[in-house]
Amino acid sequence: MGLADVKQGATEARLAALRLPAGGCLAAARQAALARVQTLGLPGRRDEYWKFTRPDTLTETDVTKASVFVSDEAPMFDDFDRLKIVFVDGVYDADASDDLSLEGVTIDRIADVCGQDIHWAKDLYGVLEARGQAPVARPLAALNTAFAADGIAIHVTGTPSKPINLVYLHSDEMSDAMVHHLVRVEAGAEATLLENGPGASRFNSCLEIDIADTGKLHLVRAQGRDHERRAANHMFARLGKESVFKSFTLTVNGVLTRNESVIELLGDDAIAHIAGACVGDGDFHHDDTVFITHDAVNCESRQVFKKVLRNGATGVFQGKILVKEGAQKTDGYQISQSLLLDGDSQFLAKPELEIYADDVICSHGSTTGAIDEEALFYLRSRGIPTADATDLLTLAFLAEAVGEVEDTDIAADIVARLEGWLSRRR
Amino acid sequence: MLEIKNLHVKLEDEDKQILKGLDLTVEAGKVHAIMGPNGSGKSTLSYVLSGRDGYEVTEGSATLAGQDLLELEPEERAALGVFLAFQYPVEIPGVGNMTFLRTAVNAQRKARGEEELSAAEFLKTIRAKAKDLKIDADMLKRPVNVGFSGGEKKRNEILQMAMLEPKMCILDETDSGLDVDAMKLVAEGVNALRDEGRGFLVITHYQRLLDHIKPDVVHILADGKIVKTGGPELALEVENNGYTDILAEVS
Ligand SMILES: Nc1ncnc2c1ncn2[C@@H]1O[C@H](COP(=O)(O)OP(=O)(O)O)[C@@H](O)[C@H]1O
Ligand SMILES: [Mg+2]
Repeated sequence: MGLADVKQGATEARLAALRLPAGGCLAAARQAALARVQTLGLPGRRDEYWKFTRPDTLTETDVTKASVFVSDEAPMFDDFDRLKIVFVDGVYDADASDDLSLEGVTIDRIADVCGQDIHWAKDLYGVLEARGQAPVARPLAALNTAFAADGIAIHVTGTPSKPINLVYLHSDEMSDAMVHHLVRVEAGAEATLLENGPGASRFNSCLEIDIADTGKLHLVRAQGRDHERRAANHMFARLGKESVFKSFTLTVNGVLTRNESVIELLGDDAIAHIAGACVGDGDFHHDDTVFITHDAVNCESRQVFKKVLRNGATGVFQGKILVKEGAQKTDGYQISQSLLLDGDSQFLAKPELEIYADDVICSHGSTTGAIDEEALFYLRSRGIPTADATDLLTLAFLAEAVGEVEDTDIAADIVARLEGWLSRRR
Repeated sequence: MLEIKNLHVKLEDEDKQILKGLDLTVEAGKVHAIMGPNGSGKSTLSYVLSGRDGYEVTEGSATLAGQDLLELEPEERAALGVFLAFQYPVEIPGVGNMTFLRTAVNAQRKARGEEELSAAEFLKTIRAKAKDLKIDADMLKRPVNVGFSGGEKKRNEILQMAMLEPKMCILDETDSGLDVDAMKLVAEGVNALRDEGRGFLVITHYQRLLDHIKPDVVHILADGKIVKTGGPELALEVENNGYTDILAEVS
């Protein structure tokens, strides 16, 4: 059997085990997505963007068991004034969720999109995901568009007074969940979306974000503390003129995380910042795969990714900035760095720039390093014990990424949780 | 206070002997100066006393108030009262100066079994001390030494010293890179800390710092050994005649 056959066989086996949700008005979009999966095939190890990350456990039919982590910490964002929307193993939990009404935003379940004739959502579902399939295939996202039964459609028309918080609880150790959300931010509107929790034993999430001219969206996600969970998350964002999208992702633990971000800057003067901080210990594989396309004038994109790895943990960063012809005055910045706390851990990075305009500033850098011995000695010479000094330097390393979070309360909470993670590893 | 006997130090990774039988005693309440040509081992001495890696003590001893220093970790030495003002203070991006200082002060207090300073007490103390050294609020907030000028870095070292109130202060070329005004500030900072219970070892290449911090004893270090010891007039002799005469005289 040739490679293509193996891939096709695996894809067919997986598809055979899945059932398309009753589609209603989304049926056509789901069918089209299914066709994309069939054409592309699920990811295989030879695929260009899967060389550093084994896709098997994300693609195979059977889900691998993942025990449910019981935390002694208060869940993230619990202290914040927010509109809470809860999913348990990928299924919306109305009882645990807040009432969905909030001024400046309309929130519906994806399942209700057809019944209520929500045009913007019908017009968006699967569209950005489909656009994001070229030039790099993202079959797990197409799979999600086809099969995700649940999710939320968020229509931001004003400036809601509080953030919308999607909470992903994990309760069944064999759960296999897909959720698909839509966000549309209208001109002049602005909202904050928070996501937290592991989602499921195997979680496949897809977020399509459409920001109209001058719209603004802030996104902060935290992916829970479960050790054994696996996740493939996709974020597709399309930005209009003078719009702003800022996202930050915190990952602690998880045997496998693949976070893909596909951002298109389509209107002039748009700004996209995406950042992430992850800390991993032992059986931990974390992959950020980012593709930013500049297709308008005077746009700014900024990627800041930091990974702290120990005890054989692996970090992957694949980040690309594509500057299309005519996207003059592009300002593109990308930094990916890892701090290896021992010799067993590794960081694999593939930064890419592809530029077809001449008047642009693009820079990218990637580094791997250990704790700075000079700095460590300096701190110790002031009486700070090695373990504390190491933690201080580790947090300092992560600070640039956490600094991308504009809300200082959230940033402080993230730092506190990272401190907790480090202190539990003394 | 500080007693160094027959100290022999080599580089850990190289077969290079740097200190070759150094003897030195600094009494509490006294300021000792060490002068010596470049490469004579002054910084090495300061690093060995504060516990930096990379050096191997092959012979001799160093004690502080009777306690063996050489066995201890750098943080333990600090808690005992050793402080080194670095010749080249280290920049630490991402760690705020204030956080750093509070962590250090409280770590030392904890190690000594004392109560930690409250945020308010700490703030009050540091504000007063920073003001004396003309260190503004911005410098306290910025990451440790990042983007500081040479003079700012040295003043920041003295601020740390003032906050940590060590028993044995070792200053390694704190005057280098300072203009006259900055040097005066630094010297005032040091002089304010002069106290009966505190010893100072001031390492310098030039006499000019010693115009402001008056030493009780001056030593000349050459090729890993103290070759001459005298009063403040010895520093003047170096200033006027350089090291050549002194070295010729002792060899
Ligand atoms: N880590 C090191 N690696 C290599 N050589 C060193 C190291 N530390 C000190 N030395 C050497 O040891 C000698 C003494 O250096 P140092 O103590 O810095 O002298 P000083 O401070 O008196 O100028 C010099 O020859 C210097 O090059
Ligand atoms: Mg020196």
